[in-house]
Amino acid sequence: MPPLLELDRVTIRFGGLTAVSELTAHVGGHELVGLIGPNGAGKTTVFNLITGVYQPTSGDIRFAGESLVGRKPYQITGRNIARTFQNIRLFPSLSVFDNVRVAFHLHVKHDAVHSLTRFRAFHAEEKEIAAQTMELLDIFDLGKFRDEPAKSLPYGSQRRLEIVRALATKPKLLLLDEPAAGMNPTEKTELTKLIRFIKDKFQIAVLLVEHDMQVVMGICERIAVLDYGVKIAEGTPTEVRANPKVIEAYLGEEPTPG
Amino acid sequence: MLARSQYYLLAALAASFVASLFSGSFNSYFLDVAVTCGINITLAVSLNLINGYTGQFSLGHAGFMAIGAYSASLLTTNFGGKLLPLVGGQTWIFFPLALYAGGVVASVAGLLVGVPTLRLRGDYLAIVTLGFGEIIRVLLQNVDAVGGARGLIGIPDYTTLFWTFGLAAITVYTVWALVNSTYGRGFIAVSNDEIAAEAMGINTTRYKITAFVVGAFFAGLAGGIYAHFKQYIAPQGFGFDKSIEIVVMVILGGMGNNVGVIIAAILLTVLTETLRQFGDYRMILYSLLIIVLMIARPQGLFTWTGWKRKSA
Ligand SMILES: Nc1ncnc2c1ncn2[C@@H]1O[C@H](COP(=O)(O)OP(=O)(O)OP(=O)(O)O)[C@@H](O)[C@H]1O
Ligand SMILES: [Mg+2]
Repeated sequence: MPPLLELDRVTIRFGGLTAVSELTAHVGGHELVGLIGPNGAGKTTVFNLITGVYQPTSGDIRFAGESLVGRKPYQITGRNIARTFQNIRLFPSLSVFDNVRVAFHLHVKHDAVHSLTRFRAFHAEEKEIAAQTMELLDIFDLGKFRDEPAKSLPYGSQRRLEIVRALATKPKLLLLDEPAAGMNPTEKTELTKLIRFIKDKFQIAVLLVEHDMQVVMGICERIAVLDYGVKIAEGTPTEVRANPKVIEAYLGEEPTPG
Repeated sequence: MLARSQYYLLAALAASFVASLFSGSFNSYFLDVAVTCGINITLAVSLNLINGYTGQFSLGHAGFMAIGAYSASLLTTNFGGKLLPLVGGQTWIFFPLALYAGGVVASVAGLLVGVPTLRLRGDYLAIVTLGFGEIIRVLLQNVDAVGGARGLIGIPDYTTLFWTFGLAAITVYTVWALVNSTYGRGFIAVSNDEIAAEAMGINTTRYKITAFVVGAFFAGLAGGIYAHFKQYIAPQGFGFDKSIEIVVMVILGGMGNNVGVIIAAILLTVLTETLRQFGDYRMILYSLLIIVLMIARPQGLFTWTGWKRKSA
């Protein structure tokens, strides 16, 4: 069986700039893989390639054995890949509840016509979705914000809500782009626990982009390191930390935790 | 068993019917303003689906209205002699069918205009839709079969308070019901953030086109009501200024706030009627209104911040 996600010599060029170059990597079924590297290394670009926001200049991206190249972002979400964004992209005017509810979209049977006729089956389904939404919100301690507009939440809660919203699409692979950015040490510790919890509870694979080494080294089973779009190292946290290339390009002489 | 919202719709239809029975006892000026209010509510609420809930900037709503008005009027006026007997001479059957046909033609136009939205955003979309509205107007002006610049005359006076407010009620219900569901929250998600919406599995293209098709359909129906109320239509009645007027109602009411948009439609209609003697100077008022609003209350006059909406 092929790994869940495979990147096969993936390259993308923006004009003269090769943002990702011949990247080959994979994520297994229940793996928690880290993707690290200095600013501008191409990490977010990799996420955008996987989710169909960008199309690769060359190379192939396969998910559960099927190529994702040429598919639209919403179709890729439909194939059970969900993501969060480096700069939080919630639906600011929608309530916390609706932010999550709308992400059940792909699993909803009703459409425009049923919204108009509003028969019994429609109400039953809406009730079911509301229950699932509340369940998710409560697991992540966001139930109390239910009717608040998403934009009014504290920063840390917005990051959490974005993860919850991604989970509502029922992914097999979750891409997290710097979830710890802007969090204080307590929030970071909680986030670390949360990511582990999500992986176990929902039985999914996680690809994590993160600058905070304590978070990355603490939870990732495997780490790939990008520099100028090129993969310069890959291995367990211990291996990567000791790799001279990684130290030179990213970590610096003293591995700096935090 | 009906949903509660559907009882409201039935109640509104019944009220329109009752009002219609008594229309003989209202004075004609009042009737005139009332019907115009009803038409403008339909126009503004249908545009609210496109511009408000879905966040697209359409400046061509009068174009859809024109298409519906001309299509329905051609059916009732030019072909009425042949078609009316087919439904036993019953205008209460014939009129809604003609209106519906006008709505369908308008929604096809909505589909054609909706397609460019796949690529265009914000001001670019505004320019394309504005161009669409102008093309429609110029076409109508130059096609003799529909009266050219002189317009269409002798349209039967089928419009009543019932048809006017019945349509307004159906429009409000449709837009409300579409948006108030898990499916429908997708419209608002598209308006908030297209990239995030796609990442949540929402086919943003499809939502935008749906908004245009549904919005255009109701604008087309409103056009039919208007034509059979005025009994005379001409291309210049569906120009850029009419589109702007509808946009102002939506902005004034608060994008994506149906109640506010209804209030704004009524207020602006009454204001316009009152200021009729000033003719084109009204456009200055509209422009000023937009500028002042955009600066002072970008969320609209009737949208209260801190007003918590219950998620249903
Ligand atoms: N749409 C685009 N057009 C042109 N250049 C782009 C585009 N997207 C990304 N880039 C460039 O690609 C390179 C990689 O950017 P990317 O955002 O993937 O870096 P990153 O590793 O996520 O960095 P950071 O840690 O700062 O988030 C950068 O030089 C960036 O300017
Ligand atoms: Mg990045």
